[in-house]
Amino acid sequence: MREIDSKDITAAVRKLSMDANYYLGEDVLAALKKFEKLEESPLGKEILNQIIKNADIAASKQMPLCQDTGLTVLFVEIGQDVHVKGDFNEAIQEGVRQGYRDGYLRKSIVVDPLNRKNTGDNTPAVISTVIVPGDKIKLTILPKGGGSENMSRIKMLKPADGEQGVKEFVIETIKIAGGNPCPPLVVGVGIGGSFDRVAQLAKHALLREVGSKHPDPFYARMEDELLEKINDTGVGPQGLGGRTTALAVHIETAPCHIASLPVAVNTQCHSARHKTVVI
Amino acid sequence: MDDIKITTPLTDDVIRKLKAGDRVLITGYVYTARDAAHKKMVELIDKGEKLPFDPKGQIIYFVGPAPAKPGQVINSAGPTTSGRMNPYSPRLIAVGLKGIIGKGEMGAGVVEALKKYTAVYMVATGGAAALIADRITGMELVAYEELGAEAIRRLTVENFPAIVAQDCHGGNIYIEGVEKYKR
Repeated sequence: MREIDSKDITAAVRKLSMDANYYLGEDVLAALKKFEKLEESPLGKEILNQIIKNADIAASKQMPLCQDTGLTVLFVEIGQDVHVKGDFNEAIQEGVRQGYRDGYLRKSIVVDPLNRKNTGDNTPAVISTVIVPGDKIKLTILPKGGGSENMSRIKMLKPADGEQGVKEFVIETIKIAGGNPCPPLVVGVGIGGSFDRVAQLAKHALLREVGSKHPDPFYARMEDELLEKINDTGVGPQGLGGRTTALAVHIETAPCHIASLPVAVNTQCHSARHKTVVI
Repeated sequence: MDDIKITTPLTDDVIRKLKAGDRVLITGYVYTARDAAHKKMVELIDKGEKLPFDPKGQIIYFVGPAPAKPGQVINSAGPTTSGRMNPYSPRLIAVGLKGIIGKGEMGAGVVEALKKYTAVYMVATGGAAALIADRITGMELVAYEELGAEAIRRLTVENFPAIVAQDCHGGNIYIEGVEKYKR
């Protein structure tokens, strides 16, 4: 049994909060540069250029890539041979509290969904935890902006709707979203599981490296087809028209009930921020 | 494509020349406001009271910046989704507001108001918040400090980059642009 002090978890989450908001991933940046070259719309090209320059300014001045520094989502993998000394959940919340305070990140969380009073420190983070073999803790932070989260959708399809039904739902979601989720997007698609599980699949899919292939050739092909169809919508950068509506489509699947075909689309803006650390 | 330089306050002559898809660089003042500040301003209009600033010829920028670091004028300050202000913006345009900056398409009520009162809706690049902050050279509080990031502030801007999205002639880049590039 390995012991990990909750203070080390707090320190790690504090740093992740800042790093994820200041530094855009190399994979996202590479995709933006690739699509900028291919973009046919002059306005679209200009917008992609601004986004690339913005990443440079944010990193060099340690400023948030976007003023919406998000709802803090954490994916945690805890090795079953780890004992955490102290309060594990509170250690994470304290890390978010310190990171958002010390990093001058915007506090965007309200205590009550209807009364709307700000919590003042961006807590509570949304934490999903899985127990895995080993004696380490893997922490992945994903600050999720409100604009792109708001355009995400979920639907319980019929099994007979099949692959075609899933594709139609994804494309429909992108068209309805238009410029609101700040395209170009990373599109996370969850298929299967249950009503609650499918949304988690869609969000978890956002963590995959942009430009990587799905390990299953069937879904790799489906991702390619969806990306092409999404970019054929013409929505373009910021919804002003163009050939770059999405940088990538990532699918995650799970077994599901014989009567069900759940599908969820989690739209992620071009500020596709996430950072991981292993303790 | 050349950038069109415009300065505030905006006049009807300048606004009439702006067409959906034009790139503009704005110099002068813009006023920040989001959902909560809009709600308060419309309540003042309903009561026939004065707004915290004179909207005549002015621009409102839908933004809730990140908190400034010591020595910084403003921290990252990109646009927020405009659609949420659909119920409020026509009311402000009716009392003299001439420009809006946000992101995403605005609704039918705003389109009507842009035509009727000669006003313009522009967009800044969502998520280019650090780049935009670089074009903001001054900031002062105007009202509603208690709203924090949502307070009304007057920003001094120099060559603030925006794109005309919906113009006073009914032009709409969200329709025209998408039509042009869809396959």
